[in-house]
Amino acid sequence: MAEYLRQMPSSEGPLVRQPGVTRFLNMDTPLLVLLSILTAYGLLVLYSASGQSEAALYRQVRFFAVGYFAMIVVAQFNTVRWSRWSPWGYVVGVLMLIAVAFAGDGAKGAQRWLNLGGFRFQPSELLKLAVPMTVAWYLGQRVLPPRPRYIATCLLMIVIPVGLILRQPDLGTSLLVGASGLFAVFMAGIGWRFIFSAIVLGVLSAWPAWMFLLEDYQKQRILTMLDPESDKLGAGWNIIQSKTAIGSGGWSGKGWGQGTQSQLDFLPESHSDFIIAVLAEEFGLRGVLLLLLLYLLILLRSFWIGFSAQSSYGRILCGSITLTFFVYIFVNMGMVAGLLPVVGVPLPLVSAGGTSLVTLMIGFGLLMAISTERRVIAQ
Amino acid sequence: MASRIALKDTRREQRIYSARASVALLFVAGLLGTLLVRYYGLQISEFETYRTASERNRVQLQPLAPKRGLIYDRNGVLLADNRPSYTLSLILERVDDLESTLDQLADLVAIDQEQLDKFRSRAVRRRPYEHVPLRFKLNDEEQARIAVNRHRLPGVVVDAQLQRHYPHGELFAHALGYVGRINAQELASIDEASYRGTFHIGKTGLERRYEEELLGTAGYQTVETNAHGRILRVLDRFDPKPGRDLVLHLDFKLQQVAHEALAGRRGAVVALDPLSGGVLALVSTPSFDSNLFVNGISNRDYGALRDSPDVPLFNRTVQGQYPPGSTVKPMVAMAGLEAGLVDSESTVPDPGWYRLPGDKRRYRDWILRIRGTGHAPEVDLRMAIAESCDVYFYDLARRLTIDSMHDHLQGYGLGRRTGIDITAERSGVLPSVAWKRAALNEAWFPGETLSAGIGQGYMLATPLQLAVATSVIATRGEHREPRIAQFIGGAALSAPLSEPVVADSEHWENIVSAMRDVVHTRKGTAHAIAEGMTYEMAGKTGTAQVISIAQAAVYDEEAIDERHRNHGLFVAFAPIEAPSIAVAVIVENGGGSSAAYPVARSVIDAWLNKEPS
Repeated sequence: MAEYLRQMPSSEGPLVRQPGVTRFLNMDTPLLVLLSILTAYGLLVLYSASGQSEAALYRQVRFFAVGYFAMIVVAQFNTVRWSRWSPWGYVVGVLMLIAVAFAGDGAKGAQRWLNLGGFRFQPSELLKLAVPMTVAWYLGQRVLPPRPRYIATCLLMIVIPVGLILRQPDLGTSLLVGASGLFAVFMAGIGWRFIFSAIVLGVLSAWPAWMFLLEDYQKQRILTMLDPESDKLGAGWNIIQSKTAIGSGGWSGKGWGQGTQSQLDFLPESHSDFIIAVLAEEFGLRGVLLLLLLYLLILLRSFWIGFSAQSSYGRILCGSITLTFFVYIFVNMGMVAGLLPVVGVPLPLVSAGGTSLVTLMIGFGLLMAISTERRVIAQ
Repeated sequence: MASRIALKDTRREQRIYSARASVALLFVAGLLGTLLVRYYGLQISEFETYRTASERNRVQLQPLAPKRGLIYDRNGVLLADNRPSYTLSLILERVDDLESTLDQLADLVAIDQEQLDKFRSRAVRRRPYEHVPLRFKLNDEEQARIAVNRHRLPGVVVDAQLQRHYPHGELFAHALGYVGRINAQELASIDEASYRGTFHIGKTGLERRYEEELLGTAGYQTVETNAHGRILRVLDRFDPKPGRDLVLHLDFKLQQVAHEALAGRRGAVVALDPLSGGVLALVSTPSFDSNLFVNGISNRDYGALRDSPDVPLFNRTVQGQYPPGSTVKPMVAMAGLEAGLVDSESTVPDPGWYRLPGDKRRYRDWILRIRGTGHAPEVDLRMAIAESCDVYFYDLARRLTIDSMHDHLQGYGLGRRTGIDITAERSGVLPSVAWKRAALNEAWFPGETLSAGIGQGYMLATPLQLAVATSVIATRGEHREPRIAQFIGGAALSAPLSEPVVADSEHWENIVSAMRDVVHTRKGTAHAIAEGMTYEMAGKTGTAQVISIAQAAVYDEEAIDERHRNHGLFVAFAPIEAPSIAVAVIVENGGGSSAAYPVARSVIDAWLNKEPS
């Protein structure tokens, strides 16, 4: 039955099989082009943000190479397979999280890494995909919109890894994992009644969460976000400096490599989480608009892919990945601009670092797999 | 199940996706719009604000400390200069892990617990981004070790500064005073702008009195720095103006002679130029090395100075208040002459003691215990001064009354601060009926007038006051505020004139010649120093009682604890006809004036026999 449903023709019109190498690799051409432009733009900013360090540039290029490779590999498997593998990925991920809690490597007071014979690995990254995939797998088999008890099961699926990651503690990742799971539930068509009651409940539980759940340093971040001036040289330093960097960029920016805030080391983490400040300082609002445009086009294309997905699994997953991608953008750009508390969320495809980049690229690989599924069916 | 069977309806699920994706897109668009508004706000609306903030960040105004004015003696001997000194400091805002940084530094240079404690207390009340000093006076090797390891010690800096140095610390400590690090209290009162980049301030002595002149004017430079404070480029520079140099009246040689003549005993010497009011020597022993205070004295060193029974930190010349003893007799005599109560011919019978009318108590003359009798059956003014006859002055004091004695002696500067240009001066006590009423709320007793007549009882004077009084006699009435500084930045300072002591010139000669006899006649109390003298000196001995002696008891020097022995005093000026130096000497617990007059002789010899420079 499931197979039969999968093979019902979609309402999207006739299948078009485009020739060319991207089609051969199961790539969605517009998305690939957009990602490539963003990659190039990101590398340009990164080179400047790392103090014109070629070593840092090559490092990031290598990460991109791994990321693109992972994306292409992922795109070669159809969603039926990914759907079957989803729960296994989830189980393995949760087990590894438990392992991290007992035998992980610490860095800056947080235990996030698992050392697998010389290869350090962050299991929480795996969950960023495994959670929405598993929710999509679970709900994809059921009639949508899902019934309340299925929703409850999904929430449980989400809460377990989120709780484990929050304990590490890693507020940024747990936020992303939780969001990706909830987005999957949302895309599955959960009733608005549930959504609104959840929001009310969330607001009501904010107080106990503040009192019992958040670590002091996390509270400090929120307080600092609300009033960065209160601790100019301490916790507020980063935000004041990043706002200064952004603001001083103006419309046209100070020029590539000319950002005084970032080049003179006032800006902390300028090549990783705070890289948008470098971009804004050196390329100005023009550069920010270009970046937002690129992101917007990627988001639109990603949503578009969902329209043509062949299965519930594909649609749910597509929506979740797209929205999670957006959360990265919003949380990162919001925190650097002093709108949101500082949580460790990188600017997708621009910030230096390999872990989240590879995860994101795998996500795009899944989107590619969803978008090109029609070709497989047509055969 | 049959009724609720729900087939998967692909079209319906696609509609769900479309609906949700549309909502999500709206949501995304809304939030992207928020971001856009925020970035627009920062980059366009508040552009000017942040551009300014960014400029301020990058371009820093750095203060440039002025070079503190140097201090020279009257012949150009350098008494206070500035030497480069290397200070290990931390900028706490840039230190990642303070404890591990401190540990690493302790491996590189010697840092003791006290330095750590002081560092921590400084760190608490620092200004943001201030360099908080940890270790002063790094030597070359320590500097090199820090330099080599600097890359792994963020926030650690070695500052080169010019720092006060006193080449003759101990010899001039009480005259010059010293500078020290600015403390919280001073920070509140100083003009912060003038002290930017300066971490020291005059704490005592001349250093404090002439702080404003010595300090100079701070300069600045605008520099481009990175967040680590490293200067990348100097954009512009406004040079600091060095402080003005001081040239003193003090004479290095004379100071040295006085210091050596006191020979480690507790005592003080003040030498003045009677004509100019300039202080030629100002010595208080024991002294201390003023360099110890420049960077904050260690607890051990300070404890040793504070707890020493010889109180080396106490500046005896201006803070030490001693009964002036017989050194006041010439002034009391002058009061008598001016009041017409005595003249050079009038005499007083001297049995060795004196008795107030209607009082059985005997006021004894010091000579009584030596000879068992008075100085002579009849004593005149000349003899009374030369041989320091107490009975003559008991009688004169009684007739003068305390208040007219007070009024006359006031003219010599007793009982009030001389106004010398160093700190912490005390005023001494010149008693009167009103003074006793105010200070002790008691009536004046006639017997106390007798004590005052020989400089005992309530009367107290500092060695500086005695030197000033002596120069008033030397100049026959001219009275100047004493000054240590002679020139500031090349401009001459003059010692302001106080109200002179107006007296008949014949009376002055009576007094001066009696004081000459103190030294130059066989029976003079300071005759012992006359031998080999190539000039004529006028002087007056004095003895200050440290413990009061019971009515019938006899003062026995040998039997008394060293600390309870009388203080020896001597005042003198020379040459008699054209005085160029007036000296006051006190040797605490010296037993008597014989401890003091050789010191005065050495100082005056050194001054009058100096090689022409």
